[in-house]
Amino acid sequence: MNAPEKHSLIGAPVKRKEDYRFLTGNGQYTDDVTLPHQSYGYFLRSPHAHARIRSIDTAQALAAPGVIAVLTGDDMAGDKVGGLPCGWLIHSIDGSPMKEPPHPALAHGKARHVGDQVALVVAESLQQARDAAELVDVDYEELPAVVSPADAAAASTLVHDDVPDNTCYTWGHGDKAATDAAFARAAHVTTLDIVNNRLIPNAIEPRAVNASYTRQDDGYTVYVSNQNPHVERLLMGAFVLGLPESRLRIIAPDVGGGFGSKIFLYPEDVALTWASKKVGRPIKWTAERSESFLTDAHGRDHVTRAELAMDADGKFLAMRVHTVANMGAYLSTFASSVPTILYATLLAGQYATPAIYAEVKAVFTNTAPVDAYRGAGRPEATYVVERLVEAAARELGTDPAALRRKNFIRSFPYATPVGLTYDTGDYEPCLARAQELADVAGFPARREAAKQQGKLRGLGYSCYIEACGLAPSNIAGALGARAGLFEVGEVRVHPTGTVTVFTGSHSHGQGHETTFAQIVAQRLGIALDAVEIVHGDTGRVPFGMGTYGSRSLAVGGSAIMKALDKIETKAKKIAAHLLEASDADIEFSDGVFRVAGTDRTKTFGEVALTAYVPHNYPLDKLEPGLNENAFYDPTNFTYPSGAYICEVEVDPDTGASQVVKFTAVDDFGNVINPMIVEGQVHGGIGQGLGQAMFEQCIYDPDSGQLLTGSYMDYAMPRAGDLPDYTVETSSGTPCTHNPLGVKGCGEAGAIGSPPAFINALVDALAPLGVRDMQMPATPHRVWQAIQAAQATKA
Amino acid sequence: MAISLRLTVNGKPVDVQVEPHTLLVQLLREQLRLTGTHVGCDTAQCGACTVHMDGRAVKSCNMLALQADGASVTTIEGLATNGEMHPMQQAFRECHGLQCGFCTPGMVMAATSLLAQQPNADAHAIREQLDGNLCRCTGYHNIVRAVQQGQAAMQGNVATASAE
Repeated sequence: MNAPEKHSLIGAPVKRKEDYRFLTGNGQYTDDVTLPHQSYGYFLRSPHAHARIRSIDTAQALAAPGVIAVLTGDDMAGDKVGGLPCGWLIHSIDGSPMKEPPHPALAHGKARHVGDQVALVVAESLQQARDAAELVDVDYEELPAVVSPADAAAASTLVHDDVPDNTCYTWGHGDKAATDAAFARAAHVTTLDIVNNRLIPNAIEPRAVNASYTRQDDGYTVYVSNQNPHVERLLMGAFVLGLPESRLRIIAPDVGGGFGSKIFLYPEDVALTWASKKVGRPIKWTAERSESFLTDAHGRDHVTRAELAMDADGKFLAMRVHTVANMGAYLSTFASSVPTILYATLLAGQYATPAIYAEVKAVFTNTAPVDAYRGAGRPEATYVVERLVEAAARELGTDPAALRRKNFIRSFPYATPVGLTYDTGDYEPCLARAQELADVAGFPARREAAKQQGKLRGLGYSCYIEACGLAPSNIAGALGARAGLFEVGEVRVHPTGTVTVFTGSHSHGQGHETTFAQIVAQRLGIALDAVEIVHGDTGRVPFGMGTYGSRSLAVGGSAIMKALDKIETKAKKIAAHLLEASDADIEFSDGVFRVAGTDRTKTFGEVALTAYVPHNYPLDKLEPGLNENAFYDPTNFTYPSGAYICEVEVDPDTGASQVVKFTAVDDFGNVINPMIVEGQVHGGIGQGLGQAMFEQCIYDPDSGQLLTGSYMDYAMPRAGDLPDYTVETSSGTPCTHNPLGVKGCGEAGAIGSPPAFINALVDALAPLGVRDMQMPATPHRVWQAIQAAQATKA
Repeated sequence: MAISLRLTVNGKPVDVQVEPHTLLVQLLREQLRLTGTHVGCDTAQCGACTVHMDGRAVKSCNMLALQADGASVTTIEGLATNGEMHPMQQAFRECHGLQCGFCTPGMVMAATSLLAQQPNADAHAIREQLDGNLCRCTGYHNIVRAVQQGQAAMQGNVATASAE
């Protein structure tokens, strides 16, 4: 792309086009959609973590006022509705494919977690559906529950009868022999036992569906709060309901946050779509928050032993990681890829560690399915790496920043021992700048001042790397992906010179309607308001893979750029004809086509009009119209990186900790809209600090009941809990392989911040003898750690 | 058993029939089709449903429609004047205080009410007072900035109004 010009829209903090409708109450989320003759769905859910369903008696419920249908797993099986598929095939070390037990949309035979959907009641009103659900008589035979992932493989109970040891797969990655050899000759080994706490995503808009069937075309239209409508259509149509694309339209209108949890095809989506034909009415269902807690795919939930081997100089020799990852009761859409492909491949971090080996055992438990949540595997990897590095520095008595610098990767491209090739990066400037912004030099004085007040101060680092825009499709396919990983962009120039862009990416807070419009307006030299971005509707957008993994701009934006290339090429031919020049002599900039070296010009608007009113037009050589689409399949991931520094203050009497300063310096390559990028970082840090400080999904270890099933019990970070953030974005190393030179920014904050906080906390508590801390570091946990350390000392 | 109810919503008189168990948010969203007020939870914790009743911020999921009998209710749809956004709405846009937009109406209604009660609230007080409104997108940084900017703009308006 051309260097930004004086009045460039690229790199400008343009205010968002979408804000007016959101700020005035005119957004349209799925629950805001009301269709003629709409009915309401209510799911009866299992109160047990694990139970055989002996029988379901629906007679009384069916007779209740307003009830239209009561549907169960038997009805679904009778209609030969398939189970939900998993989108990524992982093979175990012994070569066997992962276990993929059936994932029915309505429980069949057994319920496998609290909240598993057992029956769907459809009624004239929500109240009637809810009341009737209480009349459904389910005869359960309660079974023992498998809850803890660490114990699942050895449990005597099986979640799925045909999955021995409750083990989905045992996967290995990296050179085990080389890693073991390096450990054998290491001068120092640092070992940590790490729990990556289970989280509940909690997009503030609950999942919602409004599904309808029309006899006229034997087709279905499904409004659904979802991040990737085409993927939803592919999975539901091709794999579950047996419908061609033409008969299933998925619309994901305004979506109130996703964070990964709305990537997936959910059982409710399938059951409601199927049922809408059975009842011949649209059916609306919106999750109550309690249902969201029980059934949205959860995140993280790893139990890990991690080891780092170093030579006598503190150079990293090898890393060895053993992880047990909880899949929950069923394999959610991309669950299998999260603790494998998206995790172990990131274990090199920013460091030139020559040998790395990871082994991951994925287990089933009687808990909600676990899948991608903001960062998906990469926060877990970064947490392992950055906790290890800082613990190693403490053990060696070295400055943690110096140890990082000693081991930074210094030349690019760099092939890691875990399968990735970083195209570009430069880690030193981000770390140096973060140290400057965080005033690390002044920290000892601040620590001393806090001490005078009876408080403990600590400083912690995290130098993360992320891999965004999962790609390319063929390599991902070889690694087990069952889908393509490209993106689609269509640029439709209208006769008046305004432009509609159709993107397969989906915005649920990321501001694509603005950022993508900036790219298009800049490229075509037209006003920002002349560009409309359309997303989230399989009936309008040609195809797409949606938004996850910080891919939208790097992959979706690149597809739009490719389509714009085609637009420009064709428009130049039209201009050449109008200007009676050869195609090669036409230059295009700032919305004007010019015969090189002359003052003969045509505007973009004139060319657009000519394309649709082709009276003076080379019809023998060129089709009318100006409408192009492009598929873009990246050649590599993008690798954003950054340095985060957290400063905390702990009250040792209460265990309460407070972030007094949080500094983030990220290298995202080129930045289109810095305001939006910084907002993404803020939100990511907020979620990362939420994980590190407050959030914990807790199931009762015996009964498998969810103990954190509401905002009264699950500690969401609130405004008063979080600090201001000092965020700076460097465009130090633009991505080398996409046309915009951009990386991804959506997950960075959630990846980089948890280890920075915990490292700072351990630093604060170290003088008391505390050496480790698990997440979330609640005041109670911190206080207990202080007491335990003091007891050991005494 | 439907019950008649008379109230003012966004400055207009409204006569409706509601059930005894109808929540205020259900009246607003389902009967009056004012879908800018959102429901994000079932325990009155998230604040997405915040509206003003007689000038005070209330969680409309946590009260019966009947409790609003005779009251004046303002929703997010009633905050702009002739299509021109309220200074607080403007400030949220200027400061990028919203991303997905779902918590935003409640956040804006809570913020305007907060400043009506504590016109000089500082950043710390603003954070504490927004305790009843959850946002999962922004990490709150830009929301606090937006409320501060809205505060400055509203004080400017007050100054202008009193000068007239």
